[in-house]
Amino acid sequence: MSAIPILGVWLAGLALNLWLARFDTRATRTAVALIFGATIILLWEMTVRIYQVPTVILPAPSLIAESVVANRSILWADFVQTILKGALSGWVIGAAAAVATAIAIDRSPFLQRGLLPIGNFVSALPIVGIAPILVMWFGFDWQSKAAVVVVMVFFPILVNMVAGLKATEPMQRDLMSSWAAPYWPALWKLRLPAAMPFLFNGLKITTTLALIGAIVAEFFGSPTRGMGFRISTAVGRLDLPLVWAEIVVAALAGTLFYGIVALIEKKVTFWHPSQRG
Amino acid sequence: MIEAWRRAGRGNLVPILTVLLIIIGIWYLGAIRMNAQWERDQAARAGIELSLPELVSRTLSQDRPVLPAPHQVAEGLWQGVAGQAVTSRRSLVWHGWVTLSATLAGFAIGTAAGIVLAIGIVHSRAMDQSVMPWAVASQTVPILAIAPMVIVVLASIGVTGLLPKAIIAAWLSFFPVLVGMVKGLRTPDGMQLDQMRSWSAGGGRTFWHLRLPSSLPYLFASLKVAIAAALVGTIVGELPAGATAGLGARLLSGSYYGQTVQIWSALFAAAILAATLVAIVGLLERATLKRMGLAR
Repeated sequence: MSAIPILGVWLAGLALNLWLARFDTRATRTAVALIFGATIILLWEMTVRIYQVPTVILPAPSLIAESVVANRSILWADFVQTILKGALSGWVIGAAAAVATAIAIDRSPFLQRGLLPIGNFVSALPIVGIAPILVMWFGFDWQSKAAVVVVMVFFPILVNMVAGLKATEPMQRDLMSSWAAPYWPALWKLRLPAAMPFLFNGLKITTTLALIGAIVAEFFGSPTRGMGFRISTAVGRLDLPLVWAEIVVAALAGTLFYGIVALIEKKVTFWHPSQRG
Repeated sequence: MIEAWRRAGRGNLVPILTVLLIIIGIWYLGAIRMNAQWERDQAARAGIELSLPELVSRTLSQDRPVLPAPHQVAEGLWQGVAGQAVTSRRSLVWHGWVTLSATLAGFAIGTAAGIVLAIGIVHSRAMDQSVMPWAVASQTVPILAIAPMVIVVLASIGVTGLLPKAIIAAWLSFFPVLVGMVKGLRTPDGMQLDQMRSWSAGGGRTFWHLRLPSSLPYLFASLKVAIAAALVGTIVGELPAGATAGLGARLLSGSYYGQTVQIWSALFAAAILAATLVAIVGLLERATLKRMGLAR
């Protein structure tokens, strides 16, 4: 009996989406995605309430929202500690180091041929495992988290940047040399702009990595604030609504971080075919 | 790694080895520099003067160095793999197997779910518009970071062992496979689909003879990402306090007791495992695509 309202909501959402999907315009596409998300949350809420699922296993969305509001000062302090101090600073340092390295080895095909296979290889490794080592070296505060993030984002950005610096056409390079452009002006005016789509590809991939590195590093030791610290201690106290509140913040932060980088990409690489569509 | 070796055959071996030698050189210098302070303190306390060669040789053979030298890590790795019985709690093979079994179970579940959902998405526009935006958006969410929480919550309701870790690994390998497979199943262009229609092939035939074969290159590309992600997920899933088995638990206990050689050995064991898994998928890819005449 109690399953009937749940089934009803599910079927209503499904029917609405099946009907809307036939129009296939921009507005209906957004609507379909939003209805899907809303239906999931509604079903989640109803299931938890009707079957009285214990909070420890799965808190209801309304309870999580309450926890977000009630703990907003804690969440903000954790956000500053983990995302702004740990992840963002590490990401910026790592990206700068990777770009600088890519330009430094740009004139040496020998180093590129040596470094690229290693870079590709390292990108597939569980780098997050160096977190305990770096926490030991740099202490418990955000510096060690930033260091983990630097190592995690370095190689993906390096590999993309090196590929980007190769992305010019021979014709374009010939034009530069026919204008007698020296190395640096040619790099600045032709090859760096041409590398931007590749660089931003690397930057976008690594936004998620940066958050993961910063949060996971906190499991190996942290001051008494930070998202990883809060998640592990709140789990210990079985305060699951707070844990989910942190997850909501992490998800929003991740999407926002990616969105901002994608927005900057749009401004910088407005000339690229993929942005003109 | 296979890729790297194949390229090495074409004259990249010397550059790769050079860079590796440079890295090992920097590593040794770093080990001497970072471990020197402790040795100097020890010598000062004992009231003896250390000559430079003595200092260097001592920094490279500490019990708990800040940064173990490469040969110490190699020795620790060798001890862990060959110096113990495979069933011993100190054997890296045993811990590696614990991690590997959860990784493979999760990878299989995640891949199967990803492929099934991708097939649904390609054939239903409503599903495509409902699920795909969320699947793409979910890539920006640091899911891996909540892995330990999943473990603890499942443990509190009595689910322990391989399953919780496999769930995380499955979740992480699910999205790359889903996104790659949707892209792959959509590669046949209008002309090819029209050709199938002109042979009056039904939906099933079009799927088995056109869509599925042309999606395989995309599938293998995402499988490589997925198996690496599954391994990382399993290792992070082994981090919460209480875990005693697996490479992640080795990392954690090493960091608790300051056993740096143990951390580095576990780290390299994980790296070797990751490289081997990706290489195996790469071999399968080459063999399959070659048989299909799609080899590049």
